[in-house]
Amino acid sequence: MNENIAVVILASAVFYGTPLLYAALGEVLTERSGVLNLGLEGMMLMGAVMGFWTVQYVDGPGWLVLSGAVLVAAAAGAATALIHAVLVITLRANQIVSGIALTIFAGVIGLSSYIGTRAGVGGAPLAHHFRPLNLFGLKDFPILGPILFDQHALVYLSWLLVLAATWYIYRTSLGLRLRSVGDAPETADAAGINVTKYRYLHTVAGGAFAGIGGSVFSLAIALNWLDGMTAGAGWIAIALVIFGFWRPIPVMVGAYFFGGLSGLAFVLQTRQVRLPPEMFASLPYLMTIVVLAVVSSGWARRRSTAPAALGTPYLRET
Amino acid sequence: MRFTRRLQTPWWLPITVPIGSVMAAFLVGAAVLLVTGHNPVDTYIRLFERGFLSENALSSTLRSATPLVFAGLAAAAAFRMRLWNIGGEGQLYMGAIGASGIGLALDGAAPIVVIPAMILGGAVFGALWAFIPGILRSRFNTNEIITSLMLNYVAGLVLAYLVLGSMSPWRDQSPGTTFPLGARLSESASWPQFLTGLPLLVAVPVSLGVVAGVAAWLRHRTRSRTLRVNVVVISAVAVAALLLAGVVADGPAITVPFGMVLGVATAVVVWVLYRETRFGFEVRVISDSPAAARYGGMDTGRKIVVVMLLAGGLAGLGGASQVGDFSHLLDPYGLPQSVYGYTGIVVAALSANGPLGVILSAFLLGGLSNAGFSLRGLDFPLGLVGILQGLILFFAIGGTVLVRYRVRFGVRRTTGEESPEQHEPDGSALAGAGTGGGGQ
Repeated sequence: MNENIAVVILASAVFYGTPLLYAALGEVLTERSGVLNLGLEGMMLMGAVMGFWTVQYVDGPGWLVLSGAVLVAAAAGAATALIHAVLVITLRANQIVSGIALTIFAGVIGLSSYIGTRAGVGGAPLAHHFRPLNLFGLKDFPILGPILFDQHALVYLSWLLVLAATWYIYRTSLGLRLRSVGDAPETADAAGINVTKYRYLHTVAGGAFAGIGGSVFSLAIALNWLDGMTAGAGWIAIALVIFGFWRPIPVMVGAYFFGGLSGLAFVLQTRQVRLPPEMFASLPYLMTIVVLAVVSSGWARRRSTAPAALGTPYLRET
Repeated sequence: MRFTRRLQTPWWLPITVPIGSVMAAFLVGAAVLLVTGHNPVDTYIRLFERGFLSENALSSTLRSATPLVFAGLAAAAAFRMRLWNIGGEGQLYMGAIGASGIGLALDGAAPIVVIPAMILGGAVFGALWAFIPGILRSRFNTNEIITSLMLNYVAGLVLAYLVLGSMSPWRDQSPGTTFPLGARLSESASWPQFLTGLPLLVAVPVSLGVVAGVAAWLRHRTRSRTLRVNVVVISAVAVAALLLAGVVADGPAITVPFGMVLGVATAVVVWVLYRETRFGFEVRVISDSPAAARYGGMDTGRKIVVVMLLAGGLAGLGGASQVGDFSHLLDPYGLPQSVYGYTGIVVAALSANGPLGVILSAFLLGGLSNAGFSLRGLDFPLGLVGILQGLILFFAIGGTVLVRYRVRFGVRRTTGEESPEQHEPDGSALAGAGTGGGGQ
């Protein structure tokens, strides 16, 4: 029963959707504070290369090295996001261009490939990587086993983070302040909330999440480092935030939907379905466009959920 | 740090900012090189020799600059209306597909027929690809950043499918080819090349600069009619003399591809279009104030589609030039590797979306990517060019802040943060005085 095609696709939806989930969850936090960071792709690539680098060059017990690698990846993503934060929060530069700049700077033919080739990352087999955990020994449980209990540690961490983010945004006073900073910075400022501090913290946190998402690519999925290995996942994650109406749980559903599309391509290929592989490969990109068009045509709904001050710098003097 | 909005920008600032951005980017890039154990001076000397100074360097740099002129124009044309078309990459591929398809279909026809048809085909294919995000944005308000970017990946896959994944007319199907390649276009589909000396190469951008400067002067300064006529006449004579001198003077022969000539001509057309026509005026109004445009009865939705078509067409021309000028086939390997479309965004940002500035910044970035490409594998840090491009972009957009705001350092920074309520009225009064002083 566990070889049923639907079960395989659902299990791979979770597997391939996890990096998208991390990046999109981080972007939810960033955008909730009113900052749009289009540099997810660049931050993910930094996380992917730095995480891989750590595992390749640091010796130690597997769990320790891997946790260290994830932390390093998070730090790399956060440091990259800090550039964006300085440019758009302190210097009030255009958030869209700055985000694109971040992707060019850190992405393919940029810093991540510089570090990767300079340090000789990739090519060699990894000493440690994230393996399926067989949680509670329930791997062979019918249907749910492979989907829920046979995943790697970062999948379970992401579930905890989704719950934590939901609780943080909607159930804590800090989350309330965060939302007020994103919706009405003038009012938040008048209420004594430090708009700049909130925006910095959440932009950097978003970068850390994207960095972890990138390390999922290199340490759990590909088990290798390749230049530009995220192949547009960062941009799909940005679209996911819109599909998910800036809420963690719908974002998670969206991430698994797109993970499932990638999984579908692999599953159908292994079952020798005769269709051009390029068609399957383009599926996630085309679906992003279609879903985005459908969601955005419901303009009223979108308007009610997007942070009102998203993309606009806050200048107290005016 | 305090920011106050400028009422007037000093005339030298818009010129200083891009130059300063490039210099600052190289400085920070040097720090990156130092930290990672490279000698920055050495690396930069190699970069500049290969990009601009050594034998044939300028010819190769013009080769890389040609697609960047089109990609830069494509980005700038859309960015001017705050339409964030980052699909230049895919639109460029589609232009290459269109132009090579038409070149193959018209196999053997006279160049006078094939070449214009290829140019048109490239522009139309690129425009149609950009039509998708354009119509979605205009009809459903769908975020064009994401849709245009997703289409880049799709266009890359279409490119791969046509040559690697299928037996399409674009693929070389002659027997005995084991490695899939694009079908080669006939000789008559090759675009012409021009040999010229360095003087003319310098004279053209200088005269464009003079023209742009005079045009800006005419717009902003109200002076007597005779003075204006005199300036126009004198500068026209100067430009003519400059170009003539460029033609007469000889220098080391540099190959100028036809695409570059087309690119410069297109840049001038786009410049005039955005500056002197009703269309350009409406684009400015829409970008400055969408509400004002609506009250003025402008059809914003339609303009979005038109601007996207224009941007896509420009990028498509770049793809056509790749086929007609250089590869003479649809190249599924080299085209995605060069990332011209994305570099076009850097080109546009560096020129502050000015069509004439695009020519200069395309030349600079073309030199960088040419050098980075030809030094690849020779113990030259891969990725350095991308880092420099990203840094240039950071500084260019950070620099626009200087153009828009006055920045003052250290004015009661700490106290202001501790008790904002108390100091705010004081601060804004100070800011008001500052801008008032600046405007006088």
